[in-house]
Amino acid sequence: MNARRFARHTLFWPTMTLGLLLLVCELFSPSFLGIAWQDGHFYGNLVDILNRAAPLMIVSMGMTLVIAVRGLDISVGAVVAITATVAALMIGGSFSADGDATSRFPLWLAIITALGVAAACGVWNGLLVVKAGMQPIVATLILMVAGRGIAQLLTGGQIITVYYAPFYTLGNGFLLGIPVALWIAAALWGLLQLAVSRSALGLFIRAIGGNPEAARVAGVRSSAITLCVYTFCGLAAGVAGLIISSNVKSADANNAGQLLELDAILAVTLGGTALTGGRFTLAGTVIGALIIQTLTSMIYSLGVPPEVNLVVKAALVFAVMLLQSPEFRALVLRALRSSRTGNA
Amino acid sequence: MNDTAIVLRARDISRAFPGVQALAGVELTLRAGEVHALMGQNGAGKSTLIKVLTGVYASDTGSIELLGQPVAPRSPLHAQELGISAVHQESHLLPNLSVAENICAGRYPHRPWLRGGGIDWRETNKRARELLAGLGIDLDVTQLAGGLPAALQQLATVARAVATDARVLILDEPTSSLDADEVKALFTLIRRLRDKGVAILFVTHFLDQVYEICDRITVLRNGRFVGEYACGKLDARGLIAAMVGRELVNAERPATHAAAGTGETPAVLAARNIARRGQLKPMDIELRAGEVLGLAGLLGSGRTELARLLFALDQRDSGEIFVDGKPARLEQPADALRLGLGFCPEDRKESGIVAELSVRENIALALQARMGLGSFLKPAAQRALAEKLVAALGVKTASIETPIAQLSGGNQQKAIIARWLATHPRVLILDEPTRGIDIAAKQELMNELLELANGGTAVLFISAEIEEVVRLSDRIMVLRDRAKAGELPRGADEDAVFSMIAGNS
Amino acid sequence: MNRRLLPLGVTMLLFVGMAAFGAIRYDGFLSPQVFLNLLIDNAFLCVVAVGMTFVILSGGIDLSVGAVIALGTMISAALLEAGWNPYAAMAVVLLFGALFGAAQGLLIQRFALAPFIVTLAGMFLARGCCYLISTESIPINDATYTAIAQARIPVGFDASLTVGALIAIAVVLAGMRIAHATEFGRTVYAIGGGESSARLMGLPVSSTKIGVYLLSGFCAALGGVVMTFYMLSGYSLHAVGLELDAIAAVVIGGTLLAGGVGYVAGTLFGVLILGIIQTLIAFDGTLSSWWTRIVVGALLLLFCLLQRLFEGRTRRTA
Repeated sequence: MNARRFARHTLFWPTMTLGLLLLVCELFSPSFLGIAWQDGHFYGNLVDILNRAAPLMIVSMGMTLVIAVRGLDISVGAVVAITATVAALMIGGSFSADGDATSRFPLWLAIITALGVAAACGVWNGLLVVKAGMQPIVATLILMVAGRGIAQLLTGGQIITVYYAPFYTLGNGFLLGIPVALWIAAALWGLLQLAVSRSALGLFIRAIGGNPEAARVAGVRSSAITLCVYTFCGLAAGVAGLIISSNVKSADANNAGQLLELDAILAVTLGGTALTGGRFTLAGTVIGALIIQTLTSMIYSLGVPPEVNLVVKAALVFAVMLLQSPEFRALVLRALRSSRTGNA
Repeated sequence: MNDTAIVLRARDISRAFPGVQALAGVELTLRAGEVHALMGQNGAGKSTLIKVLTGVYASDTGSIELLGQPVAPRSPLHAQELGISAVHQESHLLPNLSVAENICAGRYPHRPWLRGGGIDWRETNKRARELLAGLGIDLDVTQLAGGLPAALQQLATVARAVATDARVLILDEPTSSLDADEVKALFTLIRRLRDKGVAILFVTHFLDQVYEICDRITVLRNGRFVGEYACGKLDARGLIAAMVGRELVNAERPATHAAAGTGETPAVLAARNIARRGQLKPMDIELRAGEVLGLAGLLGSGRTELARLLFALDQRDSGEIFVDGKPARLEQPADALRLGLGFCPEDRKESGIVAELSVRENIALALQARMGLGSFLKPAAQRALAEKLVAALGVKTASIETPIAQLSGGNQQKAIIARWLATHPRVLILDEPTRGIDIAAKQELMNELLELANGGTAVLFISAEIEEVVRLSDRIMVLRDRAKAGELPRGADEDAVFSMIAGNS
Repeated sequence: MNRRLLPLGVTMLLFVGMAAFGAIRYDGFLSPQVFLNLLIDNAFLCVVAVGMTFVILSGGIDLSVGAVIALGTMISAALLEAGWNPYAAMAVVLLFGALFGAAQGLLIQRFALAPFIVTLAGMFLARGCCYLISTESIPINDATYTAIAQARIPVGFDASLTVGALIAIAVVLAGMRIAHATEFGRTVYAIGGGESSARLMGLPVSSTKIGVYLLSGFCAALGGVVMTFYMLSGYSLHAVGLELDAIAAVVIGGTLLAGGVGYVAGTLFGVLILGIIQTLIAFDGTLSSWWTRIVVGALLLLFCLLQRLFEGRTRRTA
């Protein structure tokens, strides 16, 4: 039956959830979904959600591939902090004599260096997993704990403000009316989607995640591919770090990226990728990130105290987890069937 | 004999899984003091039936009666409480616990309440030692079970099952890792239990073992009950006929295979002094194009280790590998693949199939791996490739998009071979390709290997069944205690192999 | 048998080494009270880490413990403010922790959900409930609590322990006994060794899995009670990130994150090592506090590499 096949599609539940959330927003706060054109760009709650969700989307895409090869990277928050710190230090926070801010190093150099450091963090994680054979959660726990400490050491625990205006475009600028951050996220998604569907990368990742030993026997270069996946995850975290620090015009080593890894893993799971590895869906992850961001915006716009955010996130996670669980669905079906026969 | 008390009677047992009816209307009657064999090809439903009896699955229909009382085991724990004890085919010991713990887990002896009430470890170790002694084994029960060789692990699982006062004991392929002496010890134990009145259900692929120890046979085919026979009244041919549904003539080796070239042609793959500390002593091996080299030896003689070293799945500590006479760099399986080697591993579930991928993707995997990330085997090309090989090898599957996990063991094995055939290998190494496969599929497989050799591929064939090795090989290399014992030419019979394994004494 | 105790031995050696280093470098480091303070200041971490040890031994993980501690302090403070009897309040908190943990365990076991996600959501839920009770800190003025908080039990050598530290010691001893001498404890190890094998063996895997999370929730709640003695307040931001410290203590203590291998005694030393790092840094006076994180990270790296080396060697000889 077409309806059942549609329902069983992996993107069905995430999309339904997102749609439901947006509907609730619209119901409680009419014209929530309205989009206007203002100050030379699109303007409205939807635009806001998309813009704020962009860093999470980017990190989550990196996380999706790592989870697909049976790994995990809980250091992405620390990498965000490190990247923001490196960029801010290289750009510098100072005004020149005539009130115009200058950059200590050329902007492009600062960005490249920061991204290079982020990628290096990914390589570090990957080497621990692949060469030292450590479990991913432990290997990335090390950077998660130590990395933030390193960032704090570099900044002396202070928040570094960036005054160099061109840097702001990453997080606050618009291109053709659409936020730059969203362009970056979309471009990354497009590239990644091409890479996994128009090349063997998708098959290799699914094989490694499905059965690492069998993939190795079949001649797949598991070590190299896994290393690349972790490197990309670090790089993605770096990109997100630049966007985040650009957005707030500063680098806060203490708080930047706090709890980001948890939100990223949540986004991946909400989107339908299993934590056990193997099959994955990038589209699902993007929707998952949007769900999380919509939730935050919804709570804010409903006038509900922000403290409720966590409880609602928790309830949502439980709901989606249960719905995705075959055991739970079987239980519900059985209950419905027996109540129907009971009434008959 | 009909008066013997019926201990367990299962009637009209059925079990369906998504897409497949594993059991339908199956009957089983176990009597006290009898050893009852459960026979059937792969996919016949034997393991599923056992899982129903032990509470892992529930039967969709029918009933089970234990000593006249209807029972419905809810879990392995519940089944044990009811008096049904089992050694499952895939049950492994817990590697992080000691041998004694593995044997006594769930039934630890406790210290008296006044002295703390905790687990009495000394008593636990003593009990484990006694149970193992009943199987003729003497070892340090405090060592971790993970360090034991496969045979001892299997016997320890039997010791555990026997420890309960079970009325019904189920043994699913308990001898697959055992040598002749160990099998003898196991059978002595089984006979002792039988004489005590236990009803024993015995599943095995080895026909000679069935006739040695069993009193009755129940045959399943395609999930259905074919019949129950007394051992004395059904000969081997009749048994096979019941299992496969047709008379299977003992296939002769096809004479079409051209004799392999003399030693003049350079070996396609050669290894000199290849060794790995603790696993294989230094030895030489040569594989020639168009030749089937059989590797024979007992369990633990190093056959699998040699195969893994040749394919670079494990790192060798010494020795050189030559391809076409030139030294080759072989550090990881990807290198081996590039050089034209292929490898079908012993444990296809663990190292062969990627369960959630489709048949098509599994078949295309090695070829794509060799092509690397640079070039892409488009889905249409993958489909064409898979369809062709599935047809050629007779892989029974609903479609090439079916997840490979849903295929039976034999068909999975064929799919793995198809994977390597897709790469047109110059050398194909197969480690126990016929294990756990029904007779008809075995025959097809061996014919396929011969065709491969005819086409110029060098085949390295490893099997525990010496008879197969003798039938298939142009040359036989014999291993003993992780070292090379010698080589035998074509025409050698099983006795010659056995003598070489035993050593000239 | 000796080989199995090697990781524990390394942990203990490391602790002794660090203590020796501190004694040589700083005056007064070797005073008994400094050592007892390791336990006093980290009593709640110790209690939680024991519960976490069991969860990790079973192959799972519990990310909610920090949030449950905070919620425990909030519930205590709120109940005491409303005039409840202090012991009744403690009982309620402990019961709550056990039920919370059991609920998580039920979801994980019954519906085959990943422990990481379930306890992550549990963390959000517990933290969120904290905020719902109050966003501000609630001070505890109850006389019994203050008395317990100030109590000092002398142990000789001019040193004394707090009630919290005594509770921690009791929990460690109880944990060791459960792990080594009860069927529940051995089943936990069995599940860590191979859940499907353990199930086929007929072990009570389902009830044990739920029990493990119940135990962890109970320990977290108990840790919350100990924290109320220490902080004399209920606050939503208590124990943020504590679950990571607990995991670090368990790993440094020699327990494998994959499950099945480890000792509760090791966790105690893991906690002491975390404590001694902070003490060393405090004694130094010149290092900023974020060096703690870097050192802990480096230690984790060292221990995990050692674990890999150790595993690699045993596998070769097998």
